[in-house]
Amino acid sequence: MFQSLDFPGGRVAFTSDMSFIAESSEKRVKCYRVLDDNGHPMSSRFEQVSKEVAVKMYSSMVTLQIMDTIFYEAQRQGRLSFYLTSNGEEAINIASAAALSPDDVVLPQYREPGVLLWRGFTMQEFANQCFGNKADYGKGRQMPIHYGSNKHNYFTVSSPIATQLPQAVGAAYSLKMDRRDACVVTYFGDGGSSEGDFHASLNFAAVMEAPVVFICRNNGWAISTPTSEQFRSDGIVVKGQAYGVRSIRVDGNDALAVYGAIHAAREMAIREQRPILVEALTYRVGHHSTSDDSTKYRPADEIQHWKISRNPVARFRKWIERNGWLNDEDESELRGNVRKQLLHAIQVAERTEKPPLGDLFADVYDHLPSNLQEQERLLRETIEKHPQDYPDGVPV
Amino acid sequence: MWGIIRQKVGTGGISAPSMERIRPAVSAWRCYSSSGKEMTVRDALNSALDEEMSADPKVYVMGEEVGEYQGAYKITKGLLDKYGPERVVDTPITEAGFAGIGVGSAYYGLRPVIEFMTFNFSMQAIDHIINSAAKSNYMSAGQINVPIVFRGPNGAAAGVGAQHSQCFAAWYASCPGLKVLAPYSSEDARGLLKAAIRDPDPVVFLENELLYGESFPVSAEVLDSSFCLPIGKAKIEREGKDVTITAFSKMVGYALKVINLRSIRPLDRATINASVRKTNRLVTVEEGFAQHGVGAEICTSVIEDSFGYLDAPVERISGADVPTPYAANLERMAFPQIEDIVRAAQRACFRSVPMAAAA
Repeated sequence: MFQSLDFPGGRVAFTSDMSFIAESSEKRVKCYRVLDDNGHPMSSRFEQVSKEVAVKMYSSMVTLQIMDTIFYEAQRQGRLSFYLTSNGEEAINIASAAALSPDDVVLPQYREPGVLLWRGFTMQEFANQCFGNKADYGKGRQMPIHYGSNKHNYFTVSSPIATQLPQAVGAAYSLKMDRRDACVVTYFGDGGSSEGDFHASLNFAAVMEAPVVFICRNNGWAISTPTSEQFRSDGIVVKGQAYGVRSIRVDGNDALAVYGAIHAAREMAIREQRPILVEALTYRVGHHSTSDDSTKYRPADEIQHWKISRNPVARFRKWIERNGWLNDEDESELRGNVRKQLLHAIQVAERTEKPPLGDLFADVYDHLPSNLQEQERLLRETIEKHPQDYPDGVPV
Repeated sequence: MWGIIRQKVGTGGISAPSMERIRPAVSAWRCYSSSGKEMTVRDALNSALDEEMSADPKVYVMGEEVGEYQGAYKITKGLLDKYGPERVVDTPITEAGFAGIGVGSAYYGLRPVIEFMTFNFSMQAIDHIINSAAKSNYMSAGQINVPIVFRGPNGAAAGVGAQHSQCFAAWYASCPGLKVLAPYSSEDARGLLKAAIRDPDPVVFLENELLYGESFPVSAEVLDSSFCLPIGKAKIEREGKDVTITAFSKMVGYALKVINLRSIRPLDRATINASVRKTNRLVTVEEGFAQHGVGAEICTSVIEDSFGYLDAPVERISGADVPTPYAANLERMAFPQIEDIVRAAQRACFRSVPMAAAA
């Protein structure tokens, strides 16, 4: 008597017990962590980080915090039309970036400016994009926080949710064909995992054996939708196996855990030419954006709890301080400098001219087509004839 | 997404009575070829793909059934054997997925040719076509360009019902950042597909299932591997002197003296207007729905540029404003027939009673 059956897809053992796989395991998938809440390593086995890298990580996390505070304020003052913060997710942003190589291609969602910051994007460059001036690499085409920079291997942020996921798989396919020693890294939130694109990307990445690391920032909220209303699975990590993708759950507020997990994920993705899924658990401390007031749908004390006692920056600081790599003076000097730099950058950005008229029509296509040349010509004629109807301070 | 029920429709899906009327004129026209060689549209597309893949290792094909099955309509026949599975990629069923993946690979330097089994299924991927492909060069200020081609059959076949019969030319052609092409003949198919693949911008390439099996004469120039047609130029199939008729794709075969648009975006306004300034009358023909259609755009462009030259109201002939019915008699009434075009041309020349205005 045969013990297994041959079907398309391979052999399966058969059983006379009719039993359904439970909708969820009794135990949730464990979460990888290095530092406890007080910044003490819980074991000695973790990916070591040098003093230089650790201090750079910490300064970047602090810079990100201050950048968020000041830009958010600027929006509130009416100087920016829009902003969104990464409050509470500084460790995911910076530690993941630190674990990558500059050749790794990043396709962000929109809550990952820290990755760009780590790679050397300056305060001025951030400010220029937010103010949409002529120095903006995006030529004033997009809303604030839609950063993009080819030289930093950071693809321009695009608003629709999760579209970057299949794009990441495609880019990884291209890297694979080039046999580059690099991978693609793409970020998305808990909400993004509901999109069809998430399903298609994981599935495809596995079939195509694409070197891509999928990083999910599970921060508990998709605007006002809590994860309990977003999905009924044990988070996102369990979805990996459903597609044949190796996955891990990590404490997203633990900079060392994130660093270690991403470093390992990246190695596997490149060496084995396969996708990896990393779910980083965290909490979105800030509002979804400046268009949101999250106190309307969640308790203020919950927000406070995560802001203060579960703060990833403070936790990492404790570890660094204990190693003797940073003290209070360094900290206040750092904060003071960053603040000054930022305020200056904003002033400069605000005063810089807006992009010129020609930028309205450029880049729709590779070359300016005749119909757009015509439109531009007509527009310039109109402006010459009716200069009073054209705003001042906008270069022609 | 179940497969399309493909019907054998003889030589082109045009109903029998009309076929008899059109046949003699079309054969006479076809004898004007110099090389005496004929090629089907299917072979034209296949050879264009083959040559472009051979010339540039970055070009690759992706879609459902394009590899092992040799293509749902055999357009990619033989390519898997020649170029291997890395360059002819069979995909799982997810238009959104493979369109997005194609765009991502184009972001990073490859030149994908994405096949939709029909553009009706591209609706599942239209976000990637518009928001990931069309707008990226602009939104990234030139940092991300997308040299991608989305191709596949568009418009009606025969007896395939509403979800397999819509023409999407107007939808895609209204979006800046895209180029939209619609070949008719084998020469068009070869020249325009090569141009599309070589173009740095995203191109939507609208073929027609019923034309795949049609043969057209091709000159030696067309057969050369460097052959390429310019994007944005219409072709005057035969010069008429009484009325300007514009059409694209299968509808070109319904009228002999017609401007074959070839390119829906950019639209060759110059050629259309130059013709209207000679004939003083315009009739546009398309399979798609009238409202917000390609004909609407052409009529407006002529009114904008050549109003003073018009001797008659402009008229658009288009599909009925209904989802395509299945029953053969109903389907026939849902699309323009040759008689409709003839009557419209006569109306434009004031040789017949004007149509009552629609309520």
